[in-house]
Amino acid sequence: MDRSRPSTIIRARQLCHSYGQGELRRQVLQSIDLTIAAGEVVLLTGPSGCGKTTLLTLIGALRTVQQGELEVLGQSLQGASRDQRRCVRQKIGMIFQGHNLLRCLTAEQNVQMGADLLPQRSYATRRGLAREWLRAVGLETELGKLPHDLSGGQKQRVAIARALAAEPRLLLADEPTAALDSRTGREVVDLLKSLARDQGCGVLMVTHDPRILDVADRLLEMEDGQLQETTVLPQAGR
Amino acid sequence: MSPWPAQLWRSRRIPLAWLLLSRQPARLAIALAGISFAGILMFMQLGFRDGLFDASVTIHRLFNADLVLMSPRSMSSISMAGFPERRLIQSLADPEVEDVTPVHWNFVLWRNPETRTTRSILALGFEPSDPLFIDSILANQAAELNQQGRVLFDERSRAEFGPVGQWFRQGRLVESEVAGQRLRVAGLVQLGPSFGADGNMITSRETFRSLLPTSPHGSIELGLIRLSPGADPLQVAARLKKQLPQDVSIFTKQQFIEFEKNYWRSSTAIGFIFTLGAAMGFVVGCVIVYQILYSDVSDHLPEYATLMAMGYKLTDLLGVVAREGLLLALIGYLPAYGAGEALYALIRNSTKLPVGMELQRALVVFSMILVMCMGSALLAMRKLADADPAEIF
Repeated sequence: MDRSRPSTIIRARQLCHSYGQGELRRQVLQSIDLTIAAGEVVLLTGPSGCGKTTLLTLIGALRTVQQGELEVLGQSLQGASRDQRRCVRQKIGMIFQGHNLLRCLTAEQNVQMGADLLPQRSYATRRGLAREWLRAVGLETELGKLPHDLSGGQKQRVAIARALAAEPRLLLADEPTAALDSRTGREVVDLLKSLARDQGCGVLMVTHDPRILDVADRLLEMEDGQLQETTVLPQAGR
Repeated sequence: MSPWPAQLWRSRRIPLAWLLLSRQPARLAIALAGISFAGILMFMQLGFRDGLFDASVTIHRLFNADLVLMSPRSMSSISMAGFPERRLIQSLADPEVEDVTPVHWNFVLWRNPETRTTRSILALGFEPSDPLFIDSILANQAAELNQQGRVLFDERSRAEFGPVGQWFRQGRLVESEVAGQRLRVAGLVQLGPSFGADGNMITSRETFRSLLPTSPHGSIELGLIRLSPGADPLQVAARLKKQLPQDVSIFTKQQFIEFEKNYWRSSTAIGFIFTLGAAMGFVVGCVIVYQILYSDVSDHLPEYATLMAMGYKLTDLLGVVAREGLLLALIGYLPAYGAGEALYALIRNSTKLPVGMELQRALVVFSMILVMCMGSALLAMRKLADADPAEIF
């Protein structure tokens, strides 16, 4: 069904972004050029406050583009309406630093919140999808548990299942391992990568964690709002 | 293609609103307690109000009539004016009018046979051979009135009129001075006091006229008209209105009852006081429900923002809050309804007011609760505007 899929899922050209007005105006992104192809796993690192998250929210269609060009999943985002941005977001899976699960829903229901975004599928199908994804992340025994009763690693895995259940073509992850110990973090990232691979889904992950850099196909480094490609992967803890 | 209910069922989503409410039982309990309290207060106040208004038409309901003629100058049961009896006779010309009863209606002074104090009593005068009341309230006692100077006394009159009923049942001869004339109690009826009249007595037209010799001849206060079976009272009323001169007004029996109720509603503070009470309940309920929904939205703001980031529409989320309001209204109404029923039973037993759970009032209170919950939900929705998906990374 994705035969017509463009091989490039993110294309940014001369992308700039700044916060504040007048005197207080602060440029956080300066002329970002970036291209990510379908199925690529790209890691973005850099010191905090360098604009990584801003770039992520721009690509995630959560902010309006101020200057430059940005095209995500075939939709150009400069001047896009709220509704156009929302449609793009439906095709993007997002994984947050603090899992952001809905506290009053069970693991299964949380994942189904992702699947519920798929149009034209019956409730039973979407429910089945939710179960399947929870099995894929190894939580088939925790279907009925509330987030409160899950460990940090389990919660993050539920969040991954939720993001993937909406059948995204791009996954954005913001420090998904920040709240996890190194072994759990490693497992979560490996899982994320293999599942995204299977789906042919591109991944852009912001991370500080040097132990997971080796999962990347490409490594980008950001400093003072500018992007640099690091071709040589630094040695990872493997 | 499957029919749309099945389609709708197929395409349903996780019932987020219900889960938000049911997984926070403490919050739900407070909300329901608040809504029920507001509902009970509204049921109580509106019930009292309607009960009091109903009490003002105790006698009106009992008249055996499809249409009622009254003087246009009559404003209520305590200020009845006379109109020419000829108008009532004229109405007989209408093919659908079957028969009529002229009725005199006025207040006279009744002397308590025990304490000798006087008090104003409502006297009705009619031709003993005519039908007056529905059912068998008069039983066969009307014939007793054929004799001059006899009255039927309303047992349910207030105690200030004397122990007439008690004495009569004991077989004593009960006589009283009414408007300066000696009258004998020939029987007892059960009507009940109303706002305007503390007590009632029924007598023949002849006796009535002797009590009020100054009232003009050929003038009556009330004309009861009965129609042939199947006739539409509204149509006949419209016809009579055209045919009869302007010196008489025509009501259906229901309009006659409403006319009286309306007088008490608009000219006394009763309606205002009890409606204010009900409004207080409404306001208290609004505040509680708003507080609950607002804090619920605030607590879950990051989660709502997450849903927006996932691609849910703002209207989806507004729908969640609206559904929470709707659910609260539906669930909160049930205990309020139950408590209302119990309360009415209590009121009936202790005050003799004719208060019951009427469908209309039940619907009014339900709509008030619905408005309360949906209005609060609407206000709480404004908080959703603060859910900024860009802030959650």
